[in-house]
Amino acid sequence: MQKNAVFQSKFLPYLLVLPQLAVVLVFFYWPAVQAVIQSFLLQDAFGLSTVFVWFENYKELLADPDYFAAILRTFAFSFAIALASLSLALLLAAMADRPLRGSMFYRTLLIWPYAVAPPVVGVLWVFMLNPSLGVIAHGLRNLGVDWNPLLDGNQAATLIILAAAWKQISYNFLFFLAGLQAIPSSVIEAAAIDGARPMRRFWTIVFPLLSPTIFFLIVVNIVYAFFETFGIIDTITRGGPAKATETLVYKVYSDGLLGGNLGSSAAQSVILMGIVIALTAFQFRFVERKVNY
Amino acid sequence: MADVVLRNVRKTYPGGFEAIKGVDFAVGDGQFCVLVGPSGCGKSTLLRMVAGLETITAGEIDIGGRVVNQVEPADRDIAMVFQNYALYPHMSVYNNMAYGLRNRGMAKPEIDARVQEAARILELGSMLQRKPRQLSGGQRQRVAMGRAIVRQPKVFLFDEPLSNLDAKLRVAMRVEIRKLQRRLATTAIYVTHDQLEAMTLADILVVMNGGVVEQIGSPLDVYAKPATTFVASFIGAPPMNLIPMAGGQLQGLAGGAAAEAGILGVRPEDLVIGAAPAGAGGLSLALTVEAIERVGPETFVYGTRGGASETAEVAARPGELPTGEVIVRVPGQTAPAIGERITVAAPRASLHLFSADGRRRLAIPA
Repeated sequence: MQKNAVFQSKFLPYLLVLPQLAVVLVFFYWPAVQAVIQSFLLQDAFGLSTVFVWFENYKELLADPDYFAAILRTFAFSFAIALASLSLALLLAAMADRPLRGSMFYRTLLIWPYAVAPPVVGVLWVFMLNPSLGVIAHGLRNLGVDWNPLLDGNQAATLIILAAAWKQISYNFLFFLAGLQAIPSSVIEAAAIDGARPMRRFWTIVFPLLSPTIFFLIVVNIVYAFFETFGIIDTITRGGPAKATETLVYKVYSDGLLGGNLGSSAAQSVILMGIVIALTAFQFRFVERKVNY
Repeated sequence: MADVVLRNVRKTYPGGFEAIKGVDFAVGDGQFCVLVGPSGCGKSTLLRMVAGLETITAGEIDIGGRVVNQVEPADRDIAMVFQNYALYPHMSVYNNMAYGLRNRGMAKPEIDARVQEAARILELGSMLQRKPRQLSGGQRQRVAMGRAIVRQPKVFLFDEPLSNLDAKLRVAMRVEIRKLQRRLATTAIYVTHDQLEAMTLADILVVMNGGVVEQIGSPLDVYAKPATTFVASFIGAPPMNLIPMAGGQLQGLAGGAAAEAGILGVRPEDLVIGAAPAGAGGLSLALTVEAIERVGPETFVYGTRGGASETAEVAARPGELPTGEVIVRVPGQTAPAIGERITVAAPRASLHLFSADGRRRLAIPA
């Protein structure tokens, strides 16, 4: 079979890829190059002069204990969010993957949160858990819990993790359900006849067969926790209290846009870019090749 | 080892569809029972009910003297071979076979002994560390068999295990399955839509259609005396010729009693070309040859009974027959030319007679 298309004109193929190239160049490469350039520059406080300082911004950043704290915090958040949303989604999907009355209704409800924009998610959780007007916060205080995420950094972090994980459950649920439905029912039946009880069946047959889905979702969830939680953090805590919920992405924003330190902010985004590239490479090289059976 | 008894077993799905409409049969200890029928006849559903994978709406299923209606599949002491083999794709061949034994808490040396023995019987010894995707269709089939035999269950259940194999391998595996079952003397229930598999494997043949059992018996009995026209046309290849007859045409055949209409059946191999018009009470048909199929050792001649000018004799009484196709099986390779007019005849003893609705077999008095 011939795979190469044959074009009459020499220019037509270039013309056809031009729109795609234009989009990629304008919206991806240009900002990326800008960020890299910016990360080598240093501006004075009033923006009057700009000096090219090579790796000065990076050196400063890597010597900054605050930055390392943010890295650790981001990884901890990612881990917690991925773990919480993946395990809950898997539980819900395993429950939904059977002939149930009203299963369409149940599935539709579970998928809805995915359509909610992150800042709205943040607002929703604020309404529930804000110390002065939150419904659940009120209940917690009645139970004797000293709930105040505005002052307590750990509680603020918990709140962010809860809200971020909640939003991602829908996405994970969809993939898990599709993954579960791709497992032939006869394999499960064979295991049942082979004497495996439901729990054992789940851990010895279903879970290993879901492993490609799980690895894919781990990477997606980490990327999500790294970048897309910005809206949630911004509406719930704004990185506070005392930077207890400031992740790498939020730090890029607060240092650059709020703190006015554009050079450092750009250097941070370049580092983040590196992390995304590494994660994607990991996904392609390791996950897609090794995790099959 | 155990017998399996089904008593008035029914299955109605929540939508109201009645898949199994009251089935009774018994499979003796160590017997090989084959459920055969066209797709959608309920044979697989029935097997899955025996396995415990489908609930039983009414009636009883009894394995080894114990009613198992409410017993989990794992506790019925059965092993099943699935049509798509249902191997665990992430486990090696060894682990596929060992899985059921480990679940039952068997000691490691015992597991190893059983798996090695099964691997030896099924010639899987060199493949124990491979994953299912590295095996051919026939090898996967053997692993599925191995997974069943290591358990040493009371009953083997086979759900069309050979239908994913190519024709040559299917014949070889068919013989293997039969030999294996004989050797292990384990009761087996085998579902297939292939009448040849059914004939060659079965001790007891259960022919099903539309959720009911049409006939139960040894394969040769079913072949010799089909109980309904469905069985007559389903068992045997090519199928039995069925010729609807008016009451008058059958008088000579069934004696004075049969004034009603009926269906006359004659197997393609019982028809002889050019034979003398059948003697006392035989069948004689005039055909126009339409097609010839030579398969080597034998030849199938397809002819049509003609219109008004054609004559056929039933029981030496001339009468017109409805038009229709008749297949004649001729040994060897010599056959009449296409378009040729031939006369075929069958002796009275080889004729079958059914009621007009095809549901009853009628006696032909000698």
